[in-house]
Amino acid sequence: MNVIEIRNLHKQYGSFSLQDVSFGVKQGFITGLIGPNGSGKSTLIKMIMNIVVPDSGEIAVFGQKMPDCEKEIKQRIAFVPDESYYYEDLTIAEMKRIIAPFYKRWSEDVFQGYLEQFELPANKKIKDLSKGMKMKFSLALALSHETDLLIMDEPTAGLDPVFRRELLDILAGLILDEQKSILFSTHITTDLDRIADYITFLNRGQIVFSEAKDNVLERYVLVKGNKELLDRDTSQLFVGIRETGVGFEGLAANRSEAASQFGAHAVLETPSLEDIMFFTVKGGGIRA
Amino acid sequence: MNILISNASADPIYLQIKNQIKASILNGELTPGQSLPSIRQLAKDLQISVITTKRAYEELEKEGLIDSVVGKGSFVSGANQAFIREQRLRQWEEKLIEVTQESKALGISLAELIAHLRMLYQEEEENR
Repeated sequence: MNVIEIRNLHKQYGSFSLQDVSFGVKQGFITGLIGPNGSGKSTLIKMIMNIVVPDSGEIAVFGQKMPDCEKEIKQRIAFVPDESYYYEDLTIAEMKRIIAPFYKRWSEDVFQGYLEQFELPANKKIKDLSKGMKMKFSLALALSHETDLLIMDEPTAGLDPVFRRELLDILAGLILDEQKSILFSTHITTDLDRIADYITFLNRGQIVFSEAKDNVLERYVLVKGNKELLDRDTSQLFVGIRETGVGFEGLAANRSEAASQFGAHAVLETPSLEDIMFFTVKGGGIRA
Repeated sequence: MNILISNASADPIYLQIKNQIKASILNGELTPGQSLPSIRQLAKDLQISVITTKRAYEELEKEGLIDSVVGKGSFVSGANQAFIREQRLRQWEEKLIEVTQESKALGISLAELIAHLRMLYQEEEENR
């Protein structure tokens, strides 16, 4: 079952456009939205949150249409934007007192539990919080009103690896109950190599693929070999090739075909999401 | 039971999990009826996708080594004792072949090998 269903979404912004974007976010799983800077990730998330209005297309969350049912939907969404917009001079406790009343199902116990778990001192001013602590505060606020869907825009950008691993653990903990779902965008794909169940890849405003991560990693293959192996035919296999003075490295979208073409003459490896993103974005003929 | 995932391994992660649980069942570390961590708990512990752990469990189910009960979790199956014994016998035979080959390489005669085996076997019985 899909908690978010997006159909034929279009948005034009000057020279940038999102074109015919359709995908779903499955209930009970972690979906990663990847793509280079400027590919439309934030715009897409903002449209799901009705902060940006699409030119055409449909968005449904929990089976209800956005923006018709915006209020009901948003009561059930935990949203963590890419930048926090809090009053810097207020303390954590004061800021919470402003935000909590917006939610019908605010749970003070849950919030206090997160403050403790994240080691956030309630009397500390927002401006004195580190970037990681601000992120944790945003997360605590977002998760304290009995939500079914967590949406985060670049939650790990600018954070150290220690905190990023901690966050991944928190996310895996959230979906233990099989009900809650998570959508998060990131260009730091190593976070997703680990825990994401599904990957939606956006490039230049278009969906490249949206499917189970394990399928993606099994389908694509990274081929490394001598330049003599490259001719007009074999080059056709690649999504992107990087040629250097000492060989080539290319990403092919069809593992079995690449294996039969190159066999033992080249090294075949399972790519990382970063490899897939890099070669897809750069395309053919990268010279280093 | 321990499960260790290696990113450097050529085997996909689901296969690494499957093989390690299977080994624990075959060597008797996991006994019939014993419960396994839930698919989601295991994914969280290993920091990997739920889909990956699910696939490992599904493969183990197909081989009849574990049973999954909706709402209760997964358990080591008691149904497939014959299969488990067969698997263990095969491993036993592989080790015997290895010992035989090594004996030949070292110039140990069959009589010597049997004598040595008898001694080890008796020692093991006395230690019980």
